[in-house]
Amino acid sequence: MIQNKYIISLILLLLPLTAWAGQEQIIVKEGGEISSVRQAVEIASPGDHILIQPGTYHVANLEIDKPLVIEGVDRPVIDGESVGHIFVITADSVEIRGLNLINSGRSYVRDYSAILIEKAKDVIIEDNRLENVFFGIYLAETERGVIRGNRILSFERREAASGNGIHLWNVKTAKILDNVVEGQRDGIYLEFVEGAEISGNRANDNNRYGLHFMFSDNCIYRGNIFRRNGAGAAVMYSRNVDMVENLFEHNWGTASYGLLLKDMSRSRIERNRFYRNTVAILSEGSNDITVQRNDFELNGWAVNIKSSSQRNEFLENNFIENSFDVATDSPRNPNRFEGNYWSHYEGYDLDRDGIGDVPYRPVRLFSMIVDRRPESLILLRSMMITLLDTAERIMPVLTPETLVDEKPRMERIR
Amino acid sequence: MIQIEQLVKSFGNNKVLKGMDLEIPSGQATGIVGPNGSGKTTLIKSILGLVRPDSGTIRVNDVKLNGTWLYRQNIGYMPQVARYPENMKVFELFDFIKGLRDQEPVFERELIEQFQLGPELEKSLRVLSGGNRQKVGATLAMMFDPAILFFDEPTAGLDPRSSFKFKERVKEEKRRGKTVVITSHIMSELEQLVDYVIFILDGKIRYYGSMENLLEENKEQRLEGAIARMMEKSES
Amino acid sequence: MKLLTHIVQNEWKTLIRGKWVIGYGLIFLLLTDTLLRFGGGGPEVLLSLSNVMLLFIPLVGMIYGILYIYQSREFVELLLTQPINRKTLYWGLYCGISTPLMAAFILGASLPLGWHGILMIDPSASIMVLALGGVLTLIFVALGFVLGLAFYDDRIKGFGFTIVIWLFMAILYDGLILMAIFMFGDYPLERFVIGATMLNPIDLARIMVMLEFDISALMGYTGAVFRRFFGTAAGLFTASGMLAVWLAVPTWIGLRVFKKKDF
Repeated sequence: MIQNKYIISLILLLLPLTAWAGQEQIIVKEGGEISSVRQAVEIASPGDHILIQPGTYHVANLEIDKPLVIEGVDRPVIDGESVGHIFVITADSVEIRGLNLINSGRSYVRDYSAILIEKAKDVIIEDNRLENVFFGIYLAETERGVIRGNRILSFERREAASGNGIHLWNVKTAKILDNVVEGQRDGIYLEFVEGAEISGNRANDNNRYGLHFMFSDNCIYRGNIFRRNGAGAAVMYSRNVDMVENLFEHNWGTASYGLLLKDMSRSRIERNRFYRNTVAILSEGSNDITVQRNDFELNGWAVNIKSSSQRNEFLENNFIENSFDVATDSPRNPNRFEGNYWSHYEGYDLDRDGIGDVPYRPVRLFSMIVDRRPESLILLRSMMITLLDTAERIMPVLTPETLVDEKPRMERIR
Repeated sequence: MIQIEQLVKSFGNNKVLKGMDLEIPSGQATGIVGPNGSGKTTLIKSILGLVRPDSGTIRVNDVKLNGTWLYRQNIGYMPQVARYPENMKVFELFDFIKGLRDQEPVFERELIEQFQLGPELEKSLRVLSGGNRQKVGATLAMMFDPAILFFDEPTAGLDPRSSFKFKERVKEEKRRGKTVVITSHIMSELEQLVDYVIFILDGKIRYYGSMENLLEENKEQRLEGAIARMMEKSES
Repeated sequence: MKLLTHIVQNEWKTLIRGKWVIGYGLIFLLLTDTLLRFGGGGPEVLLSLSNVMLLFIPLVGMIYGILYIYQSREFVELLLTQPINRKTLYWGLYCGISTPLMAAFILGASLPLGWHGILMIDPSASIMVLALGGVLTLIFVALGFVLGLAFYDDRIKGFGFTIVIWLFMAILYDGLILMAIFMFGDYPLERFVIGATMLNPIDLARIMVMLEFDISALMGYTGAVFRRFFGTAAGLFTASGMLAVWLAVPTWIGLRVFKKKDF
């Protein structure tokens, strides 16, 4: 058994080596025979492997038009000198790894990127560091690309002067895995993308969204962290999207939320954790979405669901000490809440089946007061407000009558 | 020595002391008498510093009172109503007051013996009888051997035997040259204990002089009769 | 200083023997433990505890303060005839009776928080709630003192005022703010609203609880003044500063009254 494993891993290790057999290795070195990356790319034949030795190299608008592997040894610095793009990949099967790309151009007109991939398939961008770039990795009209383990860190705080970390436009089946994007405009941006997988990424402190998601069907994002962005994730105009096991936290601000759903349909939001966001989920015009087994803890508003959203189901979620559990804009609300745990629930369970005997109304009167007179927010947790809320809960007059959890759980769902 | 000049005090609209002059020399035993509400208590409280006069001056042993407090090292006071923290034990109360005064007690053991407080020392003040509480008060007043002693209705709750012992003790203090000031409604008691009488009526001193003189003036054998006669006089 | 500690120690001794301070601590111990057993995890318990704290500590503190004055009248008078100054006596009595009550709350609540691990998981929020309860205790015992001294001979009035002041501060005051918000909704009210809450110690404590637990909601508000107040350290500093003022003013008034009072 153990021997078998050993042999298999040995073969796996050797496989790439055998593949290189027919390929040339080109070494780029400061003061060496080949001292510029551009020169290396020019002389390389398709399939060659360019190894860049430690040092600093100036590269701007370098087009890679044949399948090459460009790899850094001990992370050489590729300085774009703030001119334009750094690399522009137009050929299939290009791989770039182990580089430290700095200083792309910035422009209000053109989307200058550290790495622009245009109309190419099977490109792999892996284990690079991108610093002070406008756009980081830009995929346009590509297929089956893999963007993995890159760190993109910029420090431009102005939204208009910053670009997106990983930008996908018109892309099929891309994989965005384990990247870190900080201080960009949007951490990860998707538009007209089909079947992408976005997993294990960390998008923190971006000026606008951690994840910006538009017109992209059949995608999945799982296990990502969106922290302290202008807003966590904006997921819009798409259907059949799986959002699973992500962490949305500390997304604060007047127009800020953990997750914005706008005109979404038939999607699943499961086992995510929303912690200390101003609004955990804001839903507008989104239909047939299942929100199940998520934790909403210490958010300002756990769920703000506009009445333009219909047939959505909130099942088995934990609502723990959010300032407001649910807010809505209409006395009628065509969405279903059932079997959730609400820490504000004060009912009892006489038959001891774990389900409260009294329905729970998650919309507080106070949230409607705050809606009309925002200053009254300062009275949150006042005894007087608690009395008002309790009175309204006993005899609902103003809060939506249909928005009720008939089967509130007595204990937190684990 | 206690010197009081033009002492005025009112509570709200109620003028209690209306310009009082008084001098009590050291070593004198003085009784203060007067009907309820005449100003006796206010006078004593003013000397003790519990009440701040509106105007006038009080001097105790040549110290002018003005929020001062050290002069009270020379004063022992036994209040009329003795109520103490219920959970305190008698010996703890003594220890506490000792610490407060920062003085070493002179007659602690002697007084405890005299008033037979020994068996009570370990008890909580809550379970003490009224009489025993009075005795605790008397002990506290005298144990530091202060030069001036105030007793406010001292024998009100005491049984005859304790009352007798208390009076014996006061006489002893007198012999030692203490200034003793007593208010009491029991005139026979004052006759036994004091040489001088202050009669207060309506916030003013109507009589201040020796006991004999008072009896003589009013042609009475007993203090009670003399006081009654004076009250009648002032009413007419 | 020696005298002060002498008085304080004596008060402690008698209060602890009185057992009801211990009972008070036990109530908080049981309450916190029950909340932790049946109420789920950390934030729920701390928030329930802070609700109880905001509501009851002011009432208990005031009643406790005023009761002390009424019950210890003769004793305090006896102490006043001793050769000590009133200032020392006042601080001795005040510290002597307020600190055991404060300690009862803090110990009673922190022990279960400790053995259930919340103190370790969420130390800043736990300490915040415990400290606020402590400060509120000190403030309202002082207010009780002031009321007791002000209505020295009229206990009914004293207790009446205690209840009225509590109702006013705990509930009515916020009702008035809400009314003002609705009546003058067309004017910019942020400054007024913040100012108004700064004048009520219960509101101050409540705001500090909000700063800990509801900052994400507060940041959803659009007004610039609110954002500056709650979004920076300014809110925390102002609120704790005002709490300190609220601690200083009643104790100082108490001292004034105590020094001038005719007993």
